[in-house]
Amino acid sequence: MAFLEIKNVNKYFPMENGSQLNVLNNINFKIEKHEFVSLIGPSGCGKSTLLNILAGLIHADSGELLLNDKAITKPGNDRVMVFQESALFPWLSVIENVMFGLKIQQIDKKTAYTKALKQLKAVHLAEFKDSYPHQLSGGMKQRVAIARALVINPAVLLMDEPFGALDDQTRLLLHKELINLWLKTKKTIVFVTHNIREAIKLSDRIIVFANNPGRIIEKINIDLPQPRNKDNKKLVELENRILNLLQSEMNFEGGYRYEEIGA
Amino acid sequence: MKRLVHRIIFVLFILLIWQLFFKLNIWPNYLFPSPMMVFQTLLEGFKDGTFVNAIIISFKRLLIGFFISIIFGVLFGLIIASNEMIDETVGPFILALQSIPSIVWLPLALLWFSLGEAAIIFVVVLGGTWNMVINTRTGIKNVQPVFMQAAKTMGVNKIQLFWKVIIPAAVPHLITGMRLSWAFSWRALMAGELIGSGSGLGQLLMWGRDMGNMSLVISIIILIGSIGYLTDNYIFKKIENKVLTRWGLNT
Repeated sequence: MAFLEIKNVNKYFPMENGSQLNVLNNINFKIEKHEFVSLIGPSGCGKSTLLNILAGLIHADSGELLLNDKAITKPGNDRVMVFQESALFPWLSVIENVMFGLKIQQIDKKTAYTKALKQLKAVHLAEFKDSYPHQLSGGMKQRVAIARALVINPAVLLMDEPFGALDDQTRLLLHKELINLWLKTKKTIVFVTHNIREAIKLSDRIIVFANNPGRIIEKINIDLPQPRNKDNKKLVELENRILNLLQSEMNFEGGYRYEEIGA
Repeated sequence: MKRLVHRIIFVLFILLIWQLFFKLNIWPNYLFPSPMMVFQTLLEGFKDGTFVNAIIISFKRLLIGFFISIIFGVLFGLIIASNEMIDETVGPFILALQSIPSIVWLPLALLWFSLGEAAIIFVVVLGGTWNMVINTRTGIKNVQPVFMQAAKTMGVNKIQLFWKVIIPAAVPHLITGMRLSWAFSWRALMAGELIGSGSGLGQLLMWGRDMGNMSLVISIIILIGSIGYLTDNYIFKKIENKVLTRWGLNT
């Protein structure tokens, strides 16, 4: 029995011309506890849609999603999501943001504060606890967002291109930080990205999607210990393999350009 | 600093032209007073307490009316924003009501409440409410979806989503709504005070007209404009700016 199971999931979006776009076509895979799994693919392949379905924010048209054997039907704090854009609440200070998920569980303020501060320390932002989101850089915001999610101690952490809007240098730093957090907490993470190198560096497993219709074309295990060196020969080979996989899909009408799938 | 100098030069220029027209003697002095005569009226009015008294009386009405219109406005706005059908049904009527100048309500106010405080406050409330309805509705409708999605994945229920996410996210619109409603209420108040009894600013203005005292009329026009500008610029704009900055909307 897998920890998280996705069985025969289909999703259609209505198009302007009245037809239906098959964004997710018969998706099947399983995720084990403590696994770091990346969903990768070009824009429009349904990877973010699948993540939203896992979060319970939207519903699949058919199929089944099970977490710990229980069907996923609506959002819940066992599956907290980190978004690409800063979803921090601007009216709350950094620490109040991190306390948000605890306070709505009616956890008393003192306990929530202590927990939030500890989590902020883990992302090295304790000294910014009283700042407001607009005073933080993009990278810092995402670190707070990760802290805000982890403090709830969800069964699964869902990440929707969380570093997609950051510059390369910041992104590399955050990769390091996320891996350290993951090694410590051993959270189950489902990570959506279109950046191949990012997926290879972070994940235990990569699920490669293609579009029209959105479907899985490959599942790749990466049995390399963390932290990983980006110049590792195996990683470079893997990168080329995935690139070739995606490029072979490129001739579809309405396909994507190289830059979109590039590292 | 440079801006201030420019503004002072501008005021001096206006005063100069005013003085020039006064010297031309096109109208008799009691109909077209000189800047100096108006300045003296202002000075005396403040000295003997008439103006301060009038301002206090007017502000009391304004605050009561403004307060009521904010409560009504937010309530109606929430109701409209909460239901698509209500929104589509009453939306155009709210816009129509907002486009009605407050002075139009005067006859109704007089007939329903007769000459008194209630009539004036009624007009002030009608002046401020519709704008607040519109701004509240816009604020609620324009909450960034990602805020609500984030909150949902953190496990909020519907009530928490409303009070802890939607309402705070709408605060910038609510503040802008209050600023505009204050300005609309202020105008409505002046319209309302043109009738009725008492000694508010508007009534003092009418009294000046009846007495043929144009110095007084112009003094009060200056007061009305100054108060409107000062409250907007030094109270509401300041609050609004602070909120917009924190909410990350000031670029």
